[in-house]
Amino acid sequence: MKNRNNESSNGSAGHYVQLQHIYKTFNKGSINEVPLFHDFNLTVDKGEFVTVVGSNGSGKTTMLNVICGSTQIDDGSIIVNGKDVSQLKEHQRASFIGRVFQDPGKGTCPSLTILENMSLADNKGRPYGLTPGIKKRRRDQYCTLLEQLKLGLEDKTDVKVGSLSGGQRQALALLISTMVPVDLLILDEHTAALDPRISETIMELTDRLIAEKGVTTIMVTHNLRYAVEYGNRLLMMHEGGFVLDASEDEKKTHEVSDLLDLFNEISIECGN
Amino acid sequence: MGIIIGIIRNILEEGSIYGIMTMGVYISYSVLKFPDLTVDGTFPLGMCVTAALISSGVNPVVACLIAALCGAVAGCVTGLLHVKLHIADLLSGILVMTAMWSVNLVITRGSAVVPFYNMDTIFNSGPVTLLPKGLYTWRVLIVSTVATIIVKIILDYYMKTKSGLLLRATGDNQQFVTSVSKNPGMMKIIGLTIGNACTALSGSILSQVSESANINSGTGIMVMGLASVIIGSSIFKKVNILSATTKVIIGMILYRACLAVAMQLGLPTNYLKMLMAAIFTVALVANNTLSKEKKAYEKPE
Ligand SMILES: Nc1ncnc2c1ncn2[C@@H]1O[C@H](COP(=O)(O)OP(=O)(O)OP(=O)(O)O)[C@@H](O)[C@H]1O
Ligand SMILES: [Mg+2]
Repeated sequence: MKNRNNESSNGSAGHYVQLQHIYKTFNKGSINEVPLFHDFNLTVDKGEFVTVVGSNGSGKTTMLNVICGSTQIDDGSIIVNGKDVSQLKEHQRASFIGRVFQDPGKGTCPSLTILENMSLADNKGRPYGLTPGIKKRRRDQYCTLLEQLKLGLEDKTDVKVGSLSGGQRQALALLISTMVPVDLLILDEHTAALDPRISETIMELTDRLIAEKGVTTIMVTHNLRYAVEYGNRLLMMHEGGFVLDASEDEKKTHEVSDLLDLFNEISIECGN
Repeated sequence: MGIIIGIIRNILEEGSIYGIMTMGVYISYSVLKFPDLTVDGTFPLGMCVTAALISSGVNPVVACLIAALCGAVAGCVTGLLHVKLHIADLLSGILVMTAMWSVNLVITRGSAVVPFYNMDTIFNSGPVTLLPKGLYTWRVLIVSTVATIIVKIILDYYMKTKSGLLLRATGDNQQFVTSVSKNPGMMKIIGLTIGNACTALSGSILSQVSESANINSGTGIMVMGLASVIIGSSIFKKVNILSATTKVIIGMILYRACLAVAMQLGLPTNYLKMLMAAIFTVALVANNTLSKEKKAYEKPE
């Protein structure tokens, strides 16, 4: 087991996402000040599938928010595909990012039908003008996509998404997030709210989609087995920094129990 | 018999004219989940603009369109205040509504009531003159129904376009809109623009019925619109063949019917606004009880 610091290197060809010298303190200057990132660095290469584990409050979601633009940083630079995106708004960055949240409600619109949700997502990157929102011709294509979920959603295309179960909504959200080609896929505990069986199905689907599209992926999970089994790089976070960065080869030598040991170790260190 | 027909006709006339406003409130409140108080200012704005234009000899249809445009601008300002300056939704509406008071006074040159008798309106000029004599008493109902249906068709079409779907998505889940790389703030501004254009148009048409504009006519518009939206959508919740816009128009007709019945039973006019608030309260409470039941039913997954 080797601890490695992420050295930031500017504009190197293979580096897809680079977080350089990120500083972030929540509620700065108030009593509830939460200093989280202090010179935080991360480099993810093109095509990498990174799994991230870490204790509650270690800053995993915040790291993803920083990349996506939902959280403003105090200092540092965020470089995606060689371009500094720090100044871009969240919706502007979304043009090349697909994202699935822990909350199944966040990825879909409950009062729109499955078909309407998919049509909207399918139009990402193009203008949303006064042309009809649903193209009848695409229905078959959408059904084919839904069939691979094996949840029977292809027969419910005109059903409002709000009446689906959490697992069904999450599966749909995952499908929707990659409907148009994205360069970066961000998954934040996207199987956490699901029962073990559906969770397994969604995880397999995730893996298949990522392999199919070859999209660079960062996946946060609390499931240590998923973290070891999937992906080709493993990060463990603690108190706004990394305590483990294992490459594909190193990762193969890790067992879930090793990770658990390390997890306990850091937890004991800070006395909880 | 004649009296009853007269009352019913009156209810339908007012129901369809205010129905246009209700569709506007439906867009801001039900679709966008934005309680928009601007409408209390844009309704009289539509009236005042129409009065000014028609008095100076502008074609009444053009006057309607310009009134709608003015309402659209006011709605846009509310949206900008909320989205760009991060002012709370209710407050943004109140700010613009308050400012509208001055705008309306400037348009009417300081008078509270502006009559424009004996001028061309949509009810006595243009296509209406082709109606047979026997239908003369029905002309207001015919014209206002046609206007309402035109607005309804346009809105129904818009709701099915890409932009319309995105508008519905904005009220539903802003994160989703962000995820498809669109700015939800922009969609809110668009929605408020449409909503207030409808409201001002509604005011414009109503002023042409009475051939006068009243600067005080805005009080309670939001309450009236909202009540009709809630009445219409909860009564016809299960009726899928009716479009949402039709439901809220019927809601408004029912609402006007309640008011008319109360007046016929001898309720003094002074109590009208009180009655409006009371109906709204009942509709709200009934709707809350219904949705609570629904939630309790939906909980165990
Ligand atoms: N908007 C916010 N305001 C204040 N503090 C925040 C905010 N967001 C996050 N924090 C704090 O930052 C720290 C990291 O939070 P974050 O959500 O990134 O943790 P996480 O690793 O995703 O945890 P979990 O595993 O529970 O999801 C926590 O201490 C949290 O309290
Ligand atoms: Mg988290």
